[in-house]
Amino acid sequence: MKSVEPALAEGTALVARPSSGGNEIVRVLKERRSALAGLVIVGFFVAMAVFGPALAPYSWTQQSGPVYAPPSSEHWLGTDDSGVDVLSEMLYGGRTSLIVGFAAAFVAMIVGGGIGVVAGYAGGGTDNALMRTTDYFLVIPDLVLMIVVATVFGPSLSHVILVIGLLLWTSTARIVRSQVKSIRERVYVRRARSLGASHRRIVAQHILPQVAPLLIATTVLTIAYAIFDESALAFLGVGVPGVSWGTMLERAFERTAMTQGAWWAFVPPGLAIGLVVIGCYLMGQAIEDALNPRLRVAHLSIKSWRFRTTPNVAEGDAS
Amino acid sequence: MHRADYVIKRLAFAIMTVFVAITVNFVLFHALPGNAVSGFIRAPHVSPSLRAALTHEFGLDRSLWQQYALYLRELVFHANLGVSFTDSQPVTSTLADKLQNTIPMVFVGTSLAILVGIVTGFLSAWRRSGVVDRVSTSSAIVFYALPTQFIGMVLILLFAKYLPTAGMRNEINNYFSSGSTWSNVKDIGLHMALPAATLALTLFGEYTLVVRSSMLETLGEDYVLTARAKGLPQRRIVIAHALRNAMLPIATLVALSLGFIVAGAILVEIVFSWPGIGQLVYSAVSNRDYPMLQGAFLILTLSVVFFNFIADLLYFKLDPRIAV
Repeated sequence: MKSVEPALAEGTALVARPSSGGNEIVRVLKERRSALAGLVIVGFFVAMAVFGPALAPYSWTQQSGPVYAPPSSEHWLGTDDSGVDVLSEMLYGGRTSLIVGFAAAFVAMIVGGGIGVVAGYAGGGTDNALMRTTDYFLVIPDLVLMIVVATVFGPSLSHVILVIGLLLWTSTARIVRSQVKSIRERVYVRRARSLGASHRRIVAQHILPQVAPLLIATTVLTIAYAIFDESALAFLGVGVPGVSWGTMLERAFERTAMTQGAWWAFVPPGLAIGLVVIGCYLMGQAIEDALNPRLRVAHLSIKSWRFRTTPNVAEGDAS
Repeated sequence: MHRADYVIKRLAFAIMTVFVAITVNFVLFHALPGNAVSGFIRAPHVSPSLRAALTHEFGLDRSLWQQYALYLRELVFHANLGVSFTDSQPVTSTLADKLQNTIPMVFVGTSLAILVGIVTGFLSAWRRSGVVDRVSTSSAIVFYALPTQFIGMVLILLFAKYLPTAGMRNEINNYFSSGSTWSNVKDIGLHMALPAATLALTLFGEYTLVVRSSMLETLGEDYVLTARAKGLPQRRIVIAHALRNAMLPIATLVALSLGFIVAGAILVEIVFSWPGIGQLVYSAVSNRDYPMLQGAFLILTLSVVFFNFIADLLYFKLDPRIAV
């Protein structure tokens, strides 16, 4: 009897844990159209990054037509300043941009999540020290430090990912910390501790599953910032070597595509970045909103307020 | 008592941050490959004696601690940030010149963005889920999501025929010494139109969304319900009760974001060749002009710290509850 009970409890916890975090997000996607739209947009571009290079009609490095040829049946999105097919560049460059976005967001998630959990769970001096560090990072103008560090270490894919990821973790850390702080004080966590569960076990079993949806939401938002920053670094000439949406914008600018009317050289990458950012934003925002009970209450009360006022106002107007 | 405590606490934090910023700045740039001498001497075959003389002149033969003390002393007492590698001019005076060009452009663009953001955010919260709300919220998200340089490039594509897209001369003040004042103002204004518009377009989306959500939150508060129960007209409730209280987070957020705008204007300045601090950072990057980068980085960090401090004070002023 004694040996069965904990085994059972452990087994149920194991089953319940992954599904509870997953369900939350699935529920959000079902309930909110904006979240679904975001998922579709991001999914489309991820698929494009995976299969795109194989589908590219031309080479993304070799000339395949005249310089700045407008869109035609041969080149759907025209050609760039050296006669390279823009569509092929878009398909290939998307891969680079998304890799930077996802990888940098992953770095930020690990660093921010780690610091947030440690600070929130440990509390006291550790919390204080970590949060002061975070405060300092919040004050640094991200883009400028990114430029400086990227200049120092030289341009390469991994450098750009690290530079962006190591500067975008602050908001994740703060959000996770406050969440962990409140979870730590909940009854079941206190009980687990008094039953002699190790800190490692409490964090893994009770805290991380609770924080996971929120962590995913902020990470999805971070992807948007990271892709944005990639294009900014590329524009300053310290980005990823090779083709990315950011470098396409930069080259179109350097070769004055705007004054030559060659909009096809920079509108596709610009819009693609915008769309991915919107997709991530819609998804992240919807998950965050769904997780924030205060917002849900405010949302309800404003609805009822409007509902009640409308006839009232009409009455007032009539009298 | 409480008030003074709070202000002192925030001021201490600001000063601490400045100190950390200066230190990190020093460490970061000393970790770089190459030093002032190798950066300064571009000629390949420099005699060892000249190299030694320069090394001594830059204080590089001293220990790191001495160099740090020297750096602090020069910075604090002489506002000396060193000499540019590219033109041998003092970094501080160049920075001051460039800031003079950046600030008016950023000021115009940001004011525009704040104005548009507050109006559209307010309207979309008031007419929630209506046509106005849909249009302003979605355009806010779209402009928020588009890269700054891309918006600038599209504006050049559309307006290059009507407005200058570059060619602002280096010293704004020089304009006032030649030609009539009116033509100078007009000239600067024309040159400023596109960069300021780009900045406004990239910034207003965030303000719209913040104003909207902040308004919605206050509209859901109990005191708004009370005001309704008292039978106050809707216009008065929305403006006097909800907007007034919604301004609190808006004001602090605006102040907080101001610090980052100067840094964020880098992309705008490059697109329109605006001779400001962003251009300076860009050329310092391509010339590997480390003292200049170091100085610009310090100034930009200081501006963020300064505006954060202002935001703290503003928050305190607007919401006396936090002192209790």
